Amino acid sequence: MKMKFATMAVAAVMAAGPVMADLVFPSLSYRTGPYAASGIPFADGYADYFTLLNERDGGIGGAKIRVPECETGYNTEKGVECYESTKGEGALVYQPLSTGITYQLIPKATADGIPIHSMGYGRTSAANGKVFRDVFNYPANYWDGASGAINYLLDENGDDIKGKKIALVYHNSAYGKEPIRTLEELQKTHGFELTLLPVDHPGQEQKSQWLQIRREKPDYVIMWGWGVMNQVAIQEAVNIRYPMENFIGVWWSGSEADVIPAGAAANGYKALTFHGVGKDYPIYDDIQKYVVDTGKAAGAGDQIGTVQYNRGMYAAMLAAEAAKTAQEIHGTPDIDAKMMRDGMEALEITEAKMAALGLPNFGPEFKVSCEEHGGPGLVGVTQWDAAAGTWNVISDYKPTDRELISRLVAEDSAAYAAENNIEPGCN
Amino acid sequence: MSEAFLYTVEVFLNGLMAGVLYALVALGFVLIYKASGIFNFAQGVMALFAAMTLVGFQNGQVPFAHLINATFGLHVTNFGWNLHSVVAVFLTVLVMILLAWAVQRFVFRHLVGQEPIILFMATIGLAYFLEGLADLMWGSEIKTLDLCWSAGHCLPQGGNFWIEDMTAGLGGEGFYGFFIDSLDIVAAVVAMVLVAALVAFAQYTKQGRAMRAVADDHQAALSVGVSLNFIWILVWSLAGFVALVAGIMWGAKSGVQFSLSLIALKALPVLMLGGFTSIPGAIVGGLIIGVGEKLFEFLIGAPFLGGATENWFAYMLALLFLVFRPQGLFGEKIIERV
Repeated sequence: MKMKFATMAVAAVMAAGPVMADLVFPSLSYRTGPYAASGIPFADGYADYFTLLNERDGGIGGAKIRVPECETGYNTEKGVECYESTKGEGALVYQPLSTGITYQLIPKATADGIPIHSMGYGRTSAANGKVFRDVFNYPANYWDGASGAINYLLDENGDDIKGKKIALVYHNSAYGKEPIRTLEELQKTHGFELTLLPVDHPGQEQKSQWLQIRREKPDYVIMWGWGVMNQVAIQEAVNIRYPMENFIGVWWSGSEADVIPAGAAANGYKALTFHGVGKDYPIYDDIQKYVVDTGKAAGAGDQIGTVQYNRGMYAAMLAAEAAKTAQEIHGTPDIDAKMMRDGMEALEITEAKMAALGLPNFGPEFKVSCEEHGGPGLVGVTQWDAAAGTWNVISDYKPTDRELISRLVAEDSAAYAAENNIEPGCN
Repeated sequence: MSEAFLYTVEVFLNGLMAGVLYALVALGFVLIYKASGIFNFAQGVMALFAAMTLVGFQNGQVPFAHLINATFGLHVTNFGWNLHSVVAVFLTVLVMILLAWAVQRFVFRHLVGQEPIILFMATIGLAYFLEGLADLMWGSEIKTLDLCWSAGHCLPQGGNFWIEDMTAGLGGEGFYGFFIDSLDIVAAVVAMVLVAALVAFAQYTKQGRAMRAVADDHQAALSVGVSLNFIWILVWSLAGFVALVAGIMWGAKSGVQFSLSLIALKALPVLMLGGFTSIPGAIVGGLIIGVGEKLFEFLIGAPFLGGATENWFAYMLALLFLVFRPQGLFGEKIIERV
């Protein structure tokens, strides 16, 4: 009897404990709540890519992948709870898809030695790897976004936007205020007039802001929104007959969910991007064959090829490539979070590698280093075709004002290092 | 006329329109509070639930499709037909009546005689339950709401060009005519009809008079044979109908999505100002809040305070009124004798 009990106890402990051979990529998703419309496709893309690797390649380097999903509802407290409840499973990297959760996890994950990858969101100055050793935000950050938008307008106006009126409609939160400093600095350089129009959470009511835009007639409107704010802003722009081709959103304001409610009138709206859009990539054949046809697609399987799905898939692909790099560096398929961090810091994405993965021209080439956790900051522009119901890339990935952004990153990260007694360095 | 003055008038008019939309949400709160003393925290979620159900019926969506597919390994999403908007509205009203019955039967019947705070907390639970139910039934993705009563006759979108053109000549070159959203005009007309209908119902029908009797003193109403259960189901059904109207008007602006449930936040200052027990109070309160917050943002908020003042100013305005009239503008006077 004692033997039987002991056997059962050991079995229970083994079942409850982490399976060491698995590579664990927790997915802090939000399939419910006000931001579910964006959270669902991202989570589906993230999960489907790892399912593809398991089904087609047997995992990464022979090690199977596990993606425990934890619902955050885009709530920072729940996000931290998800982190605490999954980190013990051998988590290799966290990608919380929330600036608020990222800010809370930075000190925790740093103390635990688990890397965070906040791709196109989070704390922008985390690009300085000498201060934020466990945090990565390649291939582009918010400030790249602000500079990318201005560079695009420079291209459109023969490199001269002096005297042009540009309005920034932004979510009145830490996230929405991120581009302001960069835009104010760029204003000094390029001589445009900047009008700031904050919108309070959740952004369901924006009449005042758009009446002001109607009165002042800015040449361009840049939007830094999320969730319902995006849909309402695009509808209000349609209502006042603002020219859609002069309205540009950041990459978090440029998905199908943002434009579809406004219907055909949203045609021509633009959004920044740091990755490809649509399903015209060879990888989708494999996703169909190994994931969809086998009934293993995440969620309802109806988000494949949307902007946020592609972004989730891209995030998973970058994590998988970093894991491969870590396996090569340490000579073992069984990597832990610290090894994963080494892999992320040595990650190199080339066009040849992307093409081999079935994603040719999907994202920019870049190389991560200790000094540069933020990647090259190359930013492209997409445009919504309402008739076809597709986003199309209309501008290649182009460099942003790295001199300015590097200076701002250095200032902010130095302040963080001073506050937290961090000695910047690469060792 | 100077452009500054004309633009102030434009902001005033848009404030009135916004106020009507706030009042639409506040009406549902008032109906339930007046009849049962319950502050229904779930009113915003009811608007979301009603709008999602309407779009689900319109599109022929299979309810609980994700659950059915996950449980039985099927791939059903759609019945393959689209319902006419009028039929879909009718079916949604039936669902809201069913919901009212269920709420009464399974929640509040068991809480008769409990403290108001217990009833309030029950509505918080109801709100979370309905949020989950709506997601489970119809999915979390954003849905487009196109309400058409006949071919080519749908809820309008965009500014009203006629008003814009007719008023463009009032100012100089820098004035482009008054901008009024066509959907807001429809919402204002609908709100007026709704209020008139509710008042007529309460004044001239047997059930309406019974509803007023319960609102005045439910024990006295009970003693003369009024069925409390029936009246509460009736009141929750009416609140469900008002929630559907609010859900349609707000959902047509932003798409039908979870954030619709947050429109309740816009109703709170309206209720504080107008009083929790007055239907005209909800309308007048909505208009005052709408105009007040828009004018403040235009004249002071945007030029001097950096903008985004509307949310907090609405509450400030309501609090200011509370200092002088704690029961709100039209609320029943609080008389306590020692």
